[in-house]
Amino acid sequence: MRNLHWGHVMTVARTDLKQLIQARDFWVPMMILGGLFFVIVPTLLLATITRIGDVELMTQISETLEVLPADTQAQLQGESPEGRAGYAMAVFLFAPVAVIVPLTISTAVGAATIVGEREKGTGEFLAHSPAGVREIYLGKLIASLVPGYFTTAVGFALYSVIVNLLVGPKVGGWFFPTAQWWVMILWVLPPFLAICLSLVLRLSARVKSTAAAQQASGLISLPLIIVAYSQATGVLLGADWVPLVLGGVAWLVGFFSLASGVRSVTRSRLLGVAGGI
Amino acid sequence: MCRWSEVAQNPVIHVNSASRWFGDVQALDNLTIEVPQGAISVLLGPNGAGKTTAIRMITGALTPDSGTSRVFGLDPGGSDGEEVRRRCGVVSAKPSLYDRLSGWDNLRYAAELYGLGRKVDDRIREASTMFGIEESLDHQVGGYSTGMKTRLALARAVLHGPDLLLLDEPTSGLDPESALAVLDLIRQMTGDGQTVLMCTHLLLEAEGLADEIIILQHGANLVSGRPDELARTYWPAPIVRIASSDEAGLDALGNAPGVTSYEQTDGVAVATLDRADRTPELVGLLSQRGVPISSVVPFTPSLEDLYFAVRRDSGSTGDEIDPPEDSSGRPVRDSLPAAA
Repeated sequence: MRNLHWGHVMTVARTDLKQLIQARDFWVPMMILGGLFFVIVPTLLLATITRIGDVELMTQISETLEVLPADTQAQLQGESPEGRAGYAMAVFLFAPVAVIVPLTISTAVGAATIVGEREKGTGEFLAHSPAGVREIYLGKLIASLVPGYFTTAVGFALYSVIVNLLVGPKVGGWFFPTAQWWVMILWVLPPFLAICLSLVLRLSARVKSTAAAQQASGLISLPLIIVAYSQATGVLLGADWVPLVLGGVAWLVGFFSLASGVRSVTRSRLLGVAGGI
Repeated sequence: MCRWSEVAQNPVIHVNSASRWFGDVQALDNLTIEVPQGAISVLLGPNGAGKTTAIRMITGALTPDSGTSRVFGLDPGGSDGEEVRRRCGVVSAKPSLYDRLSGWDNLRYAAELYGLGRKVDDRIREASTMFGIEESLDHQVGGYSTGMKTRLALARAVLHGPDLLLLDEPTSGLDPESALAVLDLIRQMTGDGQTVLMCTHLLLEAEGLADEIIILQHGANLVSGRPDELARTYWPAPIVRIASSDEAGLDALGNAPGVTSYEQTDGVAVATLDRADRTPELVGLLSQRGVPISSVVPFTPSLEDLYFAVRRDSGSTGDEIDPPEDSSGRPVRDSLPAAA
């Protein structure tokens, strides 16, 4: 097997990203999705909790917080009920958001990427090009991963500003991101994205149309989103070692899943003449 | 035009008994072809004859189920694939362009994949100027006309200075002027020593362009060689067509000296001669007998004639390609002199 040509990988990735930037019909809905989950919903909820001061609502939220594990309750900052409620919301409730957004965006990009080349006829160009199929696969993977992760990074930064501005004054200053959030964003989320994309790219290489790829990838990514959702919550609510172990296992699974997924891209599939597609 | 004796000894492409199946459909059936260096070879055949599959196998995009394929002496379907593809430029039947990208970005993508390095910008300018699209490079390809897309695809194919150009129906969808311009450019390219293998089912397009033709049918090579040599194989003796309003008078040609075969249809006599210089004698004979002559045309077989003769010989109905029609709307191939 010949050595991997990273120049080809980055060229494929860069060109795919350039096309995504040109596709306003794709990125506008995705920006709305990110804005909804990272900015609008948190702002409305946190503003409601910290500004309105509804005694009955605060009492209900405080009662809800009591079901959290004792370790987690001990982490809650703030003296006032709205401060503690706001902190809990900001740190624990929205954690899964960081999983849903990148998985949704990357799945949407990944599902269309290989079958899209075939549908548009550009797979013929790639099939005749000197780029190896491993390079094409990795380029497509990066191009699918970047939009989801980039949106998450930007959304995460905005979210940090919002929660610190809204909840910070109630809990004694800027407190976000917490250590668990850094671990989740940098250690736990990427391998989950990789696992999801390795499955979605396999699908994209095999199905007959982009529409079929989108539907099938929804079936794959939805359970994965649920798993990631619950695990992300566990990362934030569990012991310190949980996220590290969880992330480690996910990286391992992700690595093997990606490695075996390379075989799904073949030149005959790019041309659309492979059996079964 | 290439010097045949020099180029024929050095095949750039050598496909030997290659077969390829897609499910139950056999696309290539023991296909054997050789393409000499520095020449324009044209793959002729109806739709579904295996032309596109042959091109795909030559770059290694597809591998044969059996048989072998060698390009520049390398195995394109194996570990040499990258090297082979780097030396090939391909224009596929559909332009395979990225509509959302600009012309420049499309060319740049190819330039980077083909490893042009620092020469990228200069080569893009040269190639786009060669095909007259330099003014449109900043626009999104989605807004290009069909002709411009074809020109861009051609510019992309020659960008890296390939040794072998593989053109699959390069003029499809083009207006006649653009098609002529493209064919001229193809001719120019072989002047620089490049080898061209072109697929087409447009016989007129191949006429005058092809140094060698390869006629495919059902994935197999029916016949290949230089058009003039092949024509001599099918029509070894000179043939003349003589038209007259006096059909009975024309029949005198049947017994004339030097006429080895004769047939007449609707006042057009087709006579096969033992020597080309018999024609004046035949005209003299008819004049002596007072038979009015409206035309005397020595028969020079065109590529179309050759194509249909080959396919008729193979038992094909030829229904896959519409034959050209004469002024009366009758298919020309029906009135051709029978091949030997």
